[in-house]
Amino acid sequence: MWPNAEHEQTVPLLRVADLRVEFDTARGTVEAVNDIGFEVSAEQTVAIVGESGSGKSVTALAVLQLLDGGRIANGQIVWDGQDLSAVDKSRMRGIRGEDIAMIFQDPMTSLDPLYSIGDQIVEAIRLHRKISKTEARDRAVELLGQVGIPDARTRLRAYPHELSGGQRQRVMIAIALACAPRLLIADEPTTALDVTIEAQVLELIRDLQRQYQMALVLVTHDMGVVAEMADWVVVCYAGQVVEQGPAGKLLTDPQHPYTEALLTAIPTPETDKSQPLGAIGGAVPALHEMPPGCRFQPRCRHAWQDCTQPPPVVRLDGGRSSRCWLRAPAPTESRRAEPEQELA
Amino acid sequence: MSAISNSATPEPLLEVRDLVKHFPITKGLLNRTVGKVHAVDGVTFRIGRGETLGLVGESGSGKSTVARLVLRLLDPTSGQIHFAGTELTRQRPAELKRLRRKLQIIFQDPFSACDPRMTIAQVVTEPLEAHRISTGKAARRTAAELLERVGLAASDLDKYPHQFSGGQAQRIGIARALTTEPELLVCDEAVSALDVSVQAQVLNLLRELQGELGLAYLFIAHDLNVVRYISDRICVMYLGQFVEHGPADELLAEPQHPYTRSLAAAIASADPHRPPRWDRIMARGEAPSPSAPPSGCRFHPRCPAAFEPCTNKFPVESTMGERTVSCHLHDAAEVLSHD
Repeated sequence: MWPNAEHEQTVPLLRVADLRVEFDTARGTVEAVNDIGFEVSAEQTVAIVGESGSGKSVTALAVLQLLDGGRIANGQIVWDGQDLSAVDKSRMRGIRGEDIAMIFQDPMTSLDPLYSIGDQIVEAIRLHRKISKTEARDRAVELLGQVGIPDARTRLRAYPHELSGGQRQRVMIAIALACAPRLLIADEPTTALDVTIEAQVLELIRDLQRQYQMALVLVTHDMGVVAEMADWVVVCYAGQVVEQGPAGKLLTDPQHPYTEALLTAIPTPETDKSQPLGAIGGAVPALHEMPPGCRFQPRCRHAWQDCTQPPPVVRLDGGRSSRCWLRAPAPTESRRAEPEQELA
Repeated sequence: MSAISNSATPEPLLEVRDLVKHFPITKGLLNRTVGKVHAVDGVTFRIGRGETLGLVGESGSGKSTVARLVLRLLDPTSGQIHFAGTELTRQRPAELKRLRRKLQIIFQDPFSACDPRMTIAQVVTEPLEAHRISTGKAARRTAAELLERVGLAASDLDKYPHQFSGGQAQRIGIARALTTEPELLVCDEAVSALDVSVQAQVLNLLRELQGELGLAYLFIAHDLNVVRYISDRICVMYLGQFVEHGPADELLAEPQHPYTRSLAAAIASADPHRPPRWDRIMARGEAPSPSAPPSGCRFHPRCPAAFEPCTNKFPVESTMGERTVSCHLHDAAEVLSHD
């Protein structure tokens, strides 16, 4: 478990602790998530950041018990005081949509091309609320208006292919909001969108979050999105949380070499064009070839001999934590020494 | 649109003039043409040897169509493409094939065009055989050298595409493109699908190769930070036309066209103290369809600065030193004489 000071006064809305998720494959059992834990309080925005294979999307699916072919091998997912692994299927269906809703990167895969968007929003509302079709349609019009689709009553008859990518994502947000959930999980919601549209959709999510008093779990690889949206950041690498902390501090003063390397690998408007980018050598290890000890150690420029042992999760000031030997208390002299060249 | 007058070298490697590509929209059994998509509508640009020109714009702006036209993978509706002194649009297929050696492209997914059952050796040597440069052992030797050059191992030649990660796959795509010793490499969203840590590696590799081989790049991407980092100059495209062009740093630091200003404002930053993008972006709504581009300036329905001439008069291009911009705000004085 990864407690953090800010949350200790209140009971969190969502608590994920020591999560391990396994999938059976032809090559045997693999762990997509090895050790991920974080908390989300009411109305808070938590960003789960990582590259492909970090386990961030699997974690999001695990929260909703939507792991197709995977299983939660260890850990707890506690929603509003109840352990979701102990909840029966019909109760879980109620929690999904009503309490926790989710949107994905590609709305086209979530929308049915054969039904009008109006029918799909009405279906989502009536699945959870015993109201008439007319009332549900009125609510659908209201929702489409809230997500910024002009001329909502006419647009109810539109089919997904008639909408742009940005509008489809707005429709998905409308469906997610149908039952006014307390938590919205958004998995790369703007990755497929053009930059100016991305900004519009993020602003929309932020506005609706305030209006609906929702908590938001934002799964993303984009540090720019994190900087704009997140209160709290959870950085994942190879199925583990490597660092977490408040967004402002984590982005300006990272406490794990991976977070630090990620931030320097991204070109910014200030990046010196005459120098190579601060690339991280190598690639994220495959799930069945995890290095022993610290999973980032083969790519880490600070790696030294201790890193072949699993690093402790070190608690730092302000509720922050880092899974790194460098942050472990009372480091030896050799631990302080930084090797000159990259181990890649 | 007038020619973009500046270039890094006196004789450009590639010179594109008034390039137009319209796709017909057909309907019914008889395939009647009922309209056309103005994918590219009169673009002019140059790329010097060893230079990188960045091409930015949102989806549907026509960036990828420009790439395919330059490689003559599509036939232009009108306009000229001069490559190393030769007019590409008038070449016979055999001559075009010879010229194509010098023009290569890498895509977002390097293996999308490859049979998954081909070995990496087959993937990389295919252009050598297609262009009858070399075959058999000689081709394999070239492929091995190139794989090592892009940071992979000769032993990877006998592996299959699925055994490689995204970054390695793009390295293989680059090795394959380099087999014919190109002078111009078109990079169409070549790093867009990669994880940031790997994206930086591939960008560094592209820069190294440029320094060593004197390659010119036409670099197409939607991430402006990436485009700024790698490009000498940037062209901004909106609905099939260039709205602004200039040296990369200047263009993004002091954008002149309201659309460029919106794009520059939309650049993500990991700095938590920077105000969020939505407080900075001025463009309203979404881009209209290129099958029915707006009258006058194509950006006017989304432009916060639009005024009367924008709705009906096409903006003329004004030049300020190395920069050009097509906007009525910059040519208000010239409008009458040009229209």
